[in-house]
Amino acid sequence: MRHAELVGWIAAAIVLAALAVPWFLWGSTTVVAGLPLWLWWHVGWMLLAAGVFWLFAERAWGIGVEPERDGPGPSGGELR
Amino acid sequence: MTVGVQLGIVVGYLLLALAVGLVAYRLADRTAEDFYLAGRTLGTVVLLFTTFATLLSAFTFFAGPNLAYAYGPEWILVMGLMDGIIFAILWYAIGYKQWLLGRQRGYVTLGEMLGDRFGSRGLRGFVAGVSLLWLFPYVMLQQAGAGTALEALTEGAIPYAAGAALITLFMILYVVVAGMRGIAWTDTLQGAFMLVTTWAAAAWVLASVGGPGAATDALAASEVGSEFLALGTDYYTPQWMLSTAITIGFGVAMFPQVNQRFFAAGSKTVLKRSFALWPILCVLLFVPAFMLGAWGRGLGVPVPDGGNVLPVILGEYTPAWFAALVVAGAMAAMMSSSDSMLLSGSSYFTRDLYRPLVASLGRDLSTRREDLLARAGVVCFALATFVASLYNPATLFELGNAAFSGFAQLALPVLVALYWRGTTRAGIVAGVAGSQAFYLATLFRWVIVWTIGAVDAAVQAVPILGPVLGGFSPALVTVVTTVVRDSYLGWTPGIVGMLLGLVLTVGVSVLTSPAAAEERTLYFERLRAD
Repeated sequence: MRHAELVGWIAAAIVLAALAVPWFLWGSTTVVAGLPLWLWWHVGWMLLAAGVFWLFAERAWGIGVEPERDGPGPSGGELR
Repeated sequence: MTVGVQLGIVVGYLLLALAVGLVAYRLADRTAEDFYLAGRTLGTVVLLFTTFATLLSAFTFFAGPNLAYAYGPEWILVMGLMDGIIFAILWYAIGYKQWLLGRQRGYVTLGEMLGDRFGSRGLRGFVAGVSLLWLFPYVMLQQAGAGTALEALTEGAIPYAAGAALITLFMILYVVVAGMRGIAWTDTLQGAFMLVTTWAAAAWVLASVGGPGAATDALAASEVGSEFLALGTDYYTPQWMLSTAITIGFGVAMFPQVNQRFFAAGSKTVLKRSFALWPILCVLLFVPAFMLGAWGRGLGVPVPDGGNVLPVILGEYTPAWFAALVVAGAMAAMMSSSDSMLLSGSSYFTRDLYRPLVASLGRDLSTRREDLLARAGVVCFALATFVASLYNPATLFELGNAAFSGFAQLALPVLVALYWRGTTRAGIVAGVAGSQAFYLATLFRWVIVWTIGAVDAAVQAVPILGPVLGGFSPALVTVVTTVVRDSYLGWTPGIVGMLLGLVLTVGVSVLTSPAAAEERTLYFERLRAD
């Protein structure tokens, strides 16, 4: 369960990084309210990122870094 | 009048900083841990702003707007991705783990943390050496920058060398007295100042030209119009934007003065809050600062060659005292970054190079003595960079400008070591050494090519040997310039080097067995915040 959650958060981090630049607007010159549309996307995306980071800090802080509390013995990265 | 105001503000800032430093000194314990890390007690606002101000001072005011003026405002995206997202993620992945380990084992530097895990004093010194290799010229660049800025500000009344000396002396005095606590407090003032003045500047300029719509229309109507408004140009290619954001984002996390802040948080809550606020802070600062640069292009503000666009725009649209305030603030910001670098440079030097040397001679350092040594280290480091800044050696400039990518080469081996028990000492040494050697080779390709030519010429001059062994240089130069280049299908050498470091660390770790002195469970067990 904890493992699935970790994978979910890693996926969220990758999506946040990947779409900070709106690649789908490449070449677009649309201006909205005095600023390029791609800049509005970026501003909105950074606010969203802050929200996701806040949610992560509230709910899952420690995941992947601290060993699990209830697991049998120390774990937290049993890769080998 | 402007020069007087600017000088007044710079001097005022220095005096204020000194006062803050004296208060910090009164509060400090006389230990190296307190001097370097403020006793691991920094709160949210202070930690957030000190990291912020350390990262982003002069670049935000000068280089960033200049780039937006020259190439378009897409730099905002690069900055947002690297500082707002990538660095925030590393803040957790590297920073939180480092903080836990630091609290548990008393680490002050990255080298200590790695040296302990891999049971190697050599690795500890090596990591410190690599860090100092990139940090030293970077500090020198700041002193050179401050010297040049003071000379320009006073219209030559304070010559370059005197300006650089003045700044160096002040920094020595300040850092020796204030330590991390004082630096962090002045950084907080600095960070708040940067945010407020940037927004005030943007509001002022936009009010004069009729709002963001009018400013953007002017940009659209200019000769660069559609190119600047459209996302992407010949300069901003996807590969280049990603390469830059990734290498600088990872590089920042390994920059000593930033990396050490991972150890300095007062509690887990402080780290959590700073982490979530990071993207907002980045957007708040970069959007107005960089858009001003881009709008300046459309407004036809004339920027002299080698000059900075922001002071020119402010001079055009805001009162003289405000323009002076921002420019002087930017200079002060430059100093507030250098003092953190100086402190960190000293800690790497004394903790990772000097202290192990003393220990290997069988002597022990008392806490009090180490604190004194730490302050002496600051003096040595500052004087050495100052002397270098007087000579402006081209090689050091190249190193300083490439520092972010140089530090980025450290990040992946460190991440692998933090999260994979299978990492061996040979693996991490190969990863760090290999990627550093590769990246340095791309920077100094001309040295390699020149050396090959010189050796070839020497061999050819030998009577019998020459005709048999000589003439190898064209072929060898082709090999070197094929392997080591400026761009790999549009990707920068920095990112290729990072990948090489990752492959070497993992590959060599798989092929080798751990050394007897390694503590393989160190980064995994009993790691808990409470």
